Amino acid sequence: MGKIIELKKVNKWFDKFQALKDVDLEVNQQEKIVICGPSGSGKSTLIRCINRLEEHQEGQIIVDGKEISENTKDIEKIRAEVGMVFQQFNLFPHLSILDNCTLAPIWVKKMPKKQAEEVAMKNLERVQIADQAKKFPGQLSGGQQQRCALARALCMEPKIMLFDEPTSALDPEMIKEVLDAMVDLAKAGMTMIVVTHEMGFAKEVADNMIFMDEGRIVEKAKTKDFFDNPKSERTKLFLSQIL
Amino acid sequence: MRKLFFIKPNISNLNICLPVGSFLILLSFLDIFLNTFYNLNLSFFIIGPVNKVLPLLLGMIGFYLIRIEYSGKKYLDIFNKKINLNNFNALCTLIISFSIIKIMPLFLSWFIIDANFAGDNKSACTGSGACWVYIKVWFERFIYGMYPTSEIWRINISFILIIAFGLFGLFSNEKIKRYLLLYYAVVYPILAFIIIYFLVSGGVFNLEWVQTNAWGGLSLTFIVAFFALIFCFPIGLFLALGRRSNLIAVRYISIGFIEFWRGVPLITVLFMSAVIFPLFLPSGVYIDTLVRAIFAIALFEAAYIAEVIRGGLQALPKGQYEAARSLGMGYWKSNYLIILPQALKIVIPGIANTFLALVKDTPLIFVVGLLEIVGMTNLAKTNPKWLGLAMEGYIFAGLIFFLICYVMSKYSQNLEKKLSTGR
Repeated sequence: MGKIIELKKVNKWFDKFQALKDVDLEVNQQEKIVICGPSGSGKSTLIRCINRLEEHQEGQIIVDGKEISENTKDIEKIRAEVGMVFQQFNLFPHLSILDNCTLAPIWVKKMPKKQAEEVAMKNLERVQIADQAKKFPGQLSGGQQQRCALARALCMEPKIMLFDEPTSALDPEMIKEVLDAMVDLAKAGMTMIVVTHEMGFAKEVADNMIFMDEGRIVEKAKTKDFFDNPKSERTKLFLSQIL
Repeated sequence: MRKLFFIKPNISNLNICLPVGSFLILLSFLDIFLNTFYNLNLSFFIIGPVNKVLPLLLGMIGFYLIRIEYSGKKYLDIFNKKINLNNFNALCTLIISFSIIKIMPLFLSWFIIDANFAGDNKSACTGSGACWVYIKVWFERFIYGMYPTSEIWRINISFILIIAFGLFGLFSNEKIKRYLLLYYAVVYPILAFIIIYFLVSGGVFNLEWVQTNAWGGLSLTFIVAFFALIFCFPIGLFLALGRRSNLIAVRYISIGFIEFWRGVPLITVLFMSAVIFPLFLPSGVYIDTLVRAIFAIALFEAAYIAEVIRGGLQALPKGQYEAARSLGMGYWKSNYLIILPQALKIVIPGIANTFLALVKDTPLIFVVGLLEIVGMTNLAKTNPKWLGLAMEGYIFAGLIFFLICYVMSKYSQNLEKKLSTGR
């Protein structure tokens, strides 16, 4: 299994504030990585750099063999291969659930409408909201909306999935249904990078854990090692507070 | 109040209070009505100031008596809630209704009762009310301007054609629907222009050529408003996008354009289009006054539309842009599919506002010598045979503008309702 994402010495600034400091990261195909850390540590910025929702100023980011930088002409092609689920769902409120899922396949991948609808229904089935297909996002619960957002990303048949705190905006009751859908996806062999505070999920799914603080990767370890004997003091402190 | 009345209306004495109260209210309205229209005074036997306020007093007592909470009668409850919540509320209701009744005869007598309808010259207007004969005689001019009477059918036909092509979208099926935007944004304006150019202007197919300065009246209002609306919307849309663009040149050109057109009065723009603009054209090139005026209005209103649309763009959460981009959509696709449909929906009231303003700005084209309906009214009132009838003309023109604007406003409200998806 080869490398699919590679970050080398990535630095990023928001004006004078440095959000990422010399970040190195390698992700293999089908690998599941969970990133955790205190707020403002650069977790979200890191994964948003991978599909260039944020621009990095120094270093290299290589996704599926292509370097992404300001010179990348077909950044849309790379984005189409990298699915993303946001904290605030970001569904398109003017479109039905089904249209939310078929829009990008039809317009970006040029898929025929009928085929796109079949793919969409299959994915909605997978996250168990096929019966809501005709409704609008505003009529769904938070958990259902987030699962729809997951289905929408899956409809593009991405090679990599990024999750930016997918359960942070949800009621406690709804967190489980979203996590269940993500566990299913992980078992199906998707490459996933997940920013989350759900440590139960991390223990169940993640191959590797990353702990970030102040823009740096403080610790990267196998999941078991990470929880059982963290090396850095900062990680120990964080884990003692969160677990 | 409560101390004055020993009866406290409630559900137990509903059967007495409701009929008595209703009767008192009826009596008060009847008194005002007879007083205004037949000069009768029911309460002549009461003298002094009490006489004047008697209907108000009766009405207040009546309203008090029927103010019954949880009466069990659906309409009475709604009525009490809406216009009879408390004594002050009831007083307002009475005063407003009485005032309307009192004012009615004034209007009625001027508009209808003392007005003249029959006849075909000014001497037929003998009454003290409005002289609708004037409108009747000039009607054709108010609608078609100085367009030759024998050729008026051409305007009618072309308007019917334009409306028919405009309704085309209602009968389209799924297959055509994808191209509807293209049709309305590009094909339809061109079609409309061709229809107006060949049919109304003429000069081809054995049709007599009618110069644009002979066009006028309501039909000209429609032509100017129609084309100005059609052109100002896409221009405004691109200006709004341009002002938010990352490309510096595009952004500053858009900002400059918008600020320039917002900073000058429309009347100056029209003057410039008539006087200064031709100086910049190469010799031999001539652009018709009407076309210049339409473009002047369109560019002027486009700047306003642009700012309205920009407001909508800014109201959208950043997440919508990010979601669109994360799905691999480029700038145009994400704008066309995600951003604009939502932004435009938010700003429908603002767009409707600007469009109404545009329609009401059309009379200003008189400064370049074009006379639409208000211009024609101005012209007609100076006709020696019809002097002194300005009021009728302006009221007529005002009513027509009100009708147009009201229809547009209603349409925009319907559109808002139709497009709402519960968020």
